[in-house]
Amino acid sequence: MSQYILRRCLLAIPTLLLISFVLFAILALAPGDPMSQFAFNPSVTPAVRENMKRALGLDQPWPVRYVKWLTAAAQGNLGYSFAAKIPVQTLITQRLPQTLWVVGSAFLLAVLLAIPIGVISAVKQYSIFDQVGTFFSFIGFSVPSFFTGLLLMLVFAVSLGWFPIVYSSTLKVNSWGTFWQQARQMVLPVTVLLVQQTAALTRFTRSAMLDNLPLDYVRTARSKGLADRTVVVRHVLSNSLIPVVTLIALGIPAIFGGAIVTENLFRVNGIGALLITSINNSDTPVVMAITFIFAILTVVFNLVADIFYGVLDPRVRYS
Amino acid sequence: MSERTIDIAPTSEPSAAVKQLERHLSATPRTLWGDAWRRFLRHKLALIGAVTLILFIAAVGLGPRIYKVSPEALDFNALLSPPSAAHPFGTDDLGRDLLARSMYGGRISLSVGFAAMVIAVGLGTLVGSVAGFFGGKTDQLLMRVVDLFLALPVLPLLLLTVYLFRVPVVKAFGPELGIFLIVVTMIGVLAWMTTARIVRATFLSLKEKEFVEAARCLGVNRSSIMFGHILPNAMSPIIVAATLEVGAAIITESTLSFLGVGFPPDTPTWGRMVTDGINYLQTAPWIALIPGALIFLTVLSINFMGDGLRDALDPRSRL
Repeated sequence: MSQYILRRCLLAIPTLLLISFVLFAILALAPGDPMSQFAFNPSVTPAVRENMKRALGLDQPWPVRYVKWLTAAAQGNLGYSFAAKIPVQTLITQRLPQTLWVVGSAFLLAVLLAIPIGVISAVKQYSIFDQVGTFFSFIGFSVPSFFTGLLLMLVFAVSLGWFPIVYSSTLKVNSWGTFWQQARQMVLPVTVLLVQQTAALTRFTRSAMLDNLPLDYVRTARSKGLADRTVVVRHVLSNSLIPVVTLIALGIPAIFGGAIVTENLFRVNGIGALLITSINNSDTPVVMAITFIFAILTVVFNLVADIFYGVLDPRVRYS
Repeated sequence: MSERTIDIAPTSEPSAAVKQLERHLSATPRTLWGDAWRRFLRHKLALIGAVTLILFIAAVGLGPRIYKVSPEALDFNALLSPPSAAHPFGTDDLGRDLLARSMYGGRISLSVGFAAMVIAVGLGTLVGSVAGFFGGKTDQLLMRVVDLFLALPVLPLLLLTVYLFRVPVVKAFGPELGIFLIVVTMIGVLAWMTTARIVRATFLSLKEKEFVEAARCLGVNRSSIMFGHILPNAMSPIIVAATLEVGAAIITESTLSFLGVGFPPDTPTWGRMVTDGINYLQTAPWIALIPGALIFLTVLSINFMGDGLRDALDPRSRL
């Protein structure tokens, strides 16, 4: 098992290197001069601009700059934000926890909610529960996350006033009162991601269960007198989770995409909101760092899914 | 639709026997597509979805010819007016008619969806068939590329490329066509992986079959074996994937517009209209809700249609 985990981890490294290379290449090959913000500034003469370029290392070919960026990034140095005038890593360590909290809790709740719903839907196929569940899951993955967010905001924050409209980023959790406030302001952003994730996961679980239920091993388990519950949970569910885990991993980039939307809608000061601000400010080092962090998170979650896959399915460990 | 059954009750009358024979001859054979069509018609939600989608396409295509109100015309006597006879969808903060804007925006959303789907499915089919047909090293390399693309953070990357390449492309093709081209290309390029996997799987399972061998013996060249003989067998899953891709692309485009990194601000797209409406959520909620609901209904119809097609085109569910 540990050998399998090690192999998976080693495979993730070239993927990350390639992704960082692709991102850097896109940024470097994009037309546009990073010095163009000084184009109309009379105090910055072309000669000064050339000097600035040289000082920033922008006169070198981009593969060289990539290697430099990579060696710095490997040591935890992601550059310097043009707009905030502080190191990018400081900016990101301030912002990343909010994103991870919102995404993480939404993801966990989605799994806890979707698997039972999917299982019941499959076991009682075509029942009212199944039909209602299927209908809602269709709605769930057809609705764009910004529209769910908007509806929730309108109903629960504007009309009913149950939850705050805007996420307060200055809130420090140091007592039960502030904890309650923090929980309340997280409800809406988390729900938006929850709707999207639960819908997809329910469908996956249901169809994986339906693939397994008519198989012979299920009949064997039943005929040797096992309780229905044991058959469904221990036998069918554990086999059905194998494809579901892969599909969960494939859905991870979508969760982070959804996080960008919710953070902008509810003004959560996570890295998704920072990405949009930085794009609008042409803050290239921050944009590069955040896109890369999203890639890292995606690869890491994929790795976790792969490891789960190995736990669930002993066959893949030895191949 | 009732199937014409062939009466095989034994009869001694010669004339009756002839009639029986004639009836036999006129009984139409059941074809794959005929069966699929019949099954599709039985799927109520899919049918409703298809009808809704056709209505929407007709409305955005022909609507502006019938409803002759300019999406840019300002009506200062009716600022933020709720839906009424004069303005069926209400007006926005500048008094622009939202029905006209919705029809215009729908053209963009739907055409982005279809064009991105064509790119994604085309690319996926090409990669999948090459990987599946040639196998070996080619297959391994291409599948690594698929894995890499699946790990890319889609939304951040889209935001990044649209933002970086906007200026030169707009200069070359004009503001609307330029953005359309970038958005469509990028959505397509980041969404071909599912199709590639489906097509590859079909190729892998069929390329050693007798009919391929027969075609090879007859001297059919490689590309017609690939695209003329093997590919048609993957048509059903490709059609389903293509349908779902249209919906996914519409959501992606509207999310980009919602985040403000899409079509120019004065172009009414459904996503942009939602963003513009957020500031008036409390006083004039219809500005954001109507275009949001339009996106949702379009994607929901497409997804129901995709589900119906999946059931209809699956030969295992032959009824």
